[in-house]
Amino acid sequence: MTFVIRRFLVTIPVLVLVTVMTFSLIHLIPGDPATVILGQEATPGAKAALRHQLGLDRPAPIQYVSWVWGVAHGDLGNSLTDRTPVSTEIIQRLPVTVELAIGAFLVAIFLAIPLGILSALNRGRFLDYIAMLFAFGGMSIPPFWLAIMFILFFAVRLHWFPASGYVPLLQNPRANLAAMAMPMVATGIREAAVLMRLLRSSLLETLSQDYIRTARSKGIRRWAVILKHAVRNALIPVVTASGLTIAGLLGGIVITETVFSLPGFGRLIVEAVYQRDFVTVQGAVLVSALFVIAVNLVVDVSYAFLDPRIKL
Amino acid sequence: MSIRLGEQASESAAVPEESEGVGRRGLLARFLRHRAGVAGAIIVLLLVLVALTAPLFAPYNPDYQDLNAILHAPSHAHVLGTDDLGRDELSRLMFGSRVSLEAAALSVFIAILIGIPLGFIAGYYRGFWDEWIIMRVVDALQAFPFLILALALTVFLGPGLVNASIAIGIGFSPGFVRITRAQVLAVSNQEYVDGARAIGAGDLRIFRSYILPNALAPILVLTALSMAAAVLAEAALSFLGLGVQPPTPSWGQMLSVAQNYITLAPWLAYWPGIAIFLAVIGFNIFGDGIRDTLDPRMQL
Repeated sequence: MTFVIRRFLVTIPVLVLVTVMTFSLIHLIPGDPATVILGQEATPGAKAALRHQLGLDRPAPIQYVSWVWGVAHGDLGNSLTDRTPVSTEIIQRLPVTVELAIGAFLVAIFLAIPLGILSALNRGRFLDYIAMLFAFGGMSIPPFWLAIMFILFFAVRLHWFPASGYVPLLQNPRANLAAMAMPMVATGIREAAVLMRLLRSSLLETLSQDYIRTARSKGIRRWAVILKHAVRNALIPVVTASGLTIAGLLGGIVITETVFSLPGFGRLIVEAVYQRDFVTVQGAVLVSALFVIAVNLVVDVSYAFLDPRIKL
Repeated sequence: MSIRLGEQASESAAVPEESEGVGRRGLLARFLRHRAGVAGAIIVLLLVLVALTAPLFAPYNPDYQDLNAILHAPSHAHVLGTDDLGRDELSRLMFGSRVSLEAAALSVFIAILIGIPLGFIAGYYRGFWDEWIIMRVVDALQAFPFLILALALTVFLGPGLVNASIAIGIGFSPGFVRITRAQVLAVSNQEYVDGARAIGAGDLRIFRSYILPNALAPILVLTALSMAAAVLAEAALSFLGLGVQPPTPSWGQMLSVAQNYITLAPWLAYWPGIAIFLAVIGFNIFGDGIRDTLDPRMQL
């Protein structure tokens, strides 16, 4: 229980720092933000009004406090382009991204577990080399290039999948899955490679434990030992790491949503970047960081309950 | 097929024959036996060579627009074809290696510049600064999805090669803080550090003469692996139009052009991607080779 309390306490300074860093982003703009946003030709009155709207006419600590106060109440400010609340826009875009993330994660798991097991069991042999080739390839391939190649071969040449165009899941599940299949694989490959390498080394270590030899010598069949005794234990560090891959997954999603023009959270960030909509970028950056913190907290705390040995 | 699980695994835990007291020559010989690592080193070397000699061997000026040869398919005149402005794809690809390497080297340099001093301070002085300031800043930086952080930093700082490198470098600095701190923690309790302190060595001298040499191996490995990630990150930012600005050729930007002409000129989409892939995998397996050579049990 002390671990859980400690884990929560450590999160507090991190939360404060994440908000300070995100808040400070707007002060990184070289020169006067209002001039950068409105352009050189804007009237002094318009600039003053924008500065007031953004709270830039007040001292920085007060700006920060009022910004955090707003964030705590779900107010991330209004978009600079169309004045809609940033929080509304993010919520509208979330379903696409959540579906893509879940799909990509499943792709990663379904590739990583069998490949990791095969490669560990065939250490140093042909299958291991093939699996390691996949791991290095998957970690090194640029996700946006993979996405373009998918479009070129599976959409343009073979016409198996549509090149772009999103259909909501509830409206037409079939068309939705057709549109999401390529993005899911393109996003999931990298995580698959990372998790596969991890499972391989973790499984190699587990297989050297005494209880594995004991189980084998009791006469339990090979695959039963591997699946029930070894893989289960070897998966522990993999599960921890898969919590950490969430951050990487979110980054990858920005790219795939852009290439496949899916109207998700990542695409929202890129659009805001193109339109120099600093308020939306700021809000989206904060939400993504809070999400990562929350996921890691959940993974760590659930661990403390599952594995009584864990103490910080 | 019978398996001997115990035996198989004991093999995995085996320490390489000459683990202690290998000299520099021994290390090089051991690295040369690491086939993947050597392949990585060769790829990296070739890449550097192409970047250095691009002005000598590129068939065309990478910015020269031949408006009579727009989107030409690969031919004798243009081995890899031409892009939407009639520029030679091969020449742009060769010059693109410069941007890629420059940006990657600059970002990793920035990450090291931030990471090593902070890691040293955290590990050496410990206490309040370590527990409540530096490591929490590191935690906070790592909470931002890396690409989203880099994207946000470049939009606020403004696009361009230097700003993109700063953004990537900041994103990579937590790794260097953590690894330096861990090494400092491991080494600073050793007797020879106590001894140095007893003869009156200052903190800076202890760092330079005793801690840094011991921390060098993991830092070297992380540097190689970070180069791989930096090439990928720079390409991603350029692909989104936030890296080096046109007309300077960069691989990521070439791919974003290629995507617009995917049905008309699919040949444009292959080579920039293959170039990025080779550069990234080169640094990755090179780094892996260094790690296996220096310390196979290193957790990185």
